[in-house]
Amino acid sequence: MEIPKSFLGYKRENGRVGTRNHVVILPVDDISNACAEAVANNIKGTFAIPHAYGRLQFGADLELFFDTMIGTGKNPNVAACVVIGIEPKWTKKIVDAIATTGKPVEGFSIEGSGDIKTIMNASKKAQEFSQWASEKQREECPLSDLWISVKCGESDTTSGMAANPAVGNLMDKLEPLGVHLCFGETSELTGAEKVCATRGATPEAQKKFMKTWSDYNDFILKEATNDLSESQPTAGNIAGGLTTIEEKAFGNFQKIGSRKFIDVLTPAEEPKKGPGLYFMDTSSAAGECLTLQAAAGFNIHLFPTGQGNIIGNAIEPVVKLTGNPNTAENMSEHIDLDVSKILKREMNMDQAGDELIKTTIRAASGRLTCAEVLGHKEFIMTKLFRSA
Amino acid sequence: MAQTDIIIHDEKDNVGVVVIEKITPNQECNCWIMENDKSVTIQSKNEIPLGHKIAMIDFKEGDTILKYGHDIGKVVKDIKKGEHVHVHNVKTKKW
Repeated sequence: MEIPKSFLGYKRENGRVGTRNHVVILPVDDISNACAEAVANNIKGTFAIPHAYGRLQFGADLELFFDTMIGTGKNPNVAACVVIGIEPKWTKKIVDAIATTGKPVEGFSIEGSGDIKTIMNASKKAQEFSQWASEKQREECPLSDLWISVKCGESDTTSGMAANPAVGNLMDKLEPLGVHLCFGETSELTGAEKVCATRGATPEAQKKFMKTWSDYNDFILKEATNDLSESQPTAGNIAGGLTTIEEKAFGNFQKIGSRKFIDVLTPAEEPKKGPGLYFMDTSSAAGECLTLQAAAGFNIHLFPTGQGNIIGNAIEPVVKLTGNPNTAENMSEHIDLDVSKILKREMNMDQAGDELIKTTIRAASGRLTCAEVLGHKEFIMTKLFRSA
Repeated sequence: MAQTDIIIHDEKDNVGVVVIEKITPNQECNCWIMENDKSVTIQSKNEIPLGHKIAMIDFKEGDTILKYGHDIGKVVKDIKKGEHVHVHNVKTKKW
């Protein structure tokens, strides 16, 4: 197949391109969720991203919190952003950082004025942003404006056989076109970590990967009370035929095709070495991983599933594919692309990769994904440790 | 082309994955090796559902299971060729 040269996206002030045109009401902390949700309820064309944290965090955990919030606001899928927090200082810190993109952003703090006045003031600004964003038009953009993140979930043996290598085939075809790519799931590469390390494009990237994996593995060994049975692999993975973490890891790893990663990113870190494949240090829990990848600036996500994970994301459209014929049939409302014909040898990997490229470009150009129409807007903060 | 019942990822693998709804005991199964596009057959000993693994050789306790051409765990209970391979007879070497 000749790969299409372009998709239709929203050009942003800083040169990045969005696949969506969201106007987001972003609460800084747990107690500002109510206010943010009230504003989003008042003003059509906006939505709130409620979450559980943002109070008394400190150290590396606080830094990751800010990186996640700021990165979410900066993501090119967000056209404009209203930020609402209890205190002015952290609210302003997030607003100022999002403003560096040049996009419209304004902050409101609740302390001293209460929910009702804040809702009124923030609603007026949200209305202005919503109407402004509604006039933005999609334009033809080169595929190199796609930043594609990947993560698999509720995997089974069909994942490593069909859906994950289909993603790998897409990577092999799109990386030479200048696309940014990102995979993560540090703990889920356990057993395949040495093979994965050899995919580092430089000795530095290889060393950085092994250090990242070892640190995560040490943390797991320190906290584990058993052999992680029912956590890694999960009960769903085991029902689907996956026996060990090693088997799951080699299946997972099929997602990067024959690509090499040029750098290792910390959680939510924006890639800075240009187009190509990046590894990001993330949890293997879908909500956490996708939230970090979206915060790093990725604008479309590919999610292969075996037994049927239903995840979406607040700002990044999630394209789901499966190689499991039962999942494709019984959970069809969640599946954007069915590649289960690979199991019957009625579809080869080259064809599956082509189909996935077409599905990805359609979704990037505006076709709503299954997760979007079903209302999945998961936004899950990665918490490194307890708050003070 | 005969129906493929089992797919084997790599020539070195000693297990295969069931790709039809299930295989039944004593079924003569067609296996396809993805890596080199070769075909082999095996007779099953158990009922094995879609996505689950079958032993392509006899295993002794302590042996290594190979899939994708790599070590994916250790045998903790002897397994006969054609039997179901899963958490009841294989464990991780990690964690």
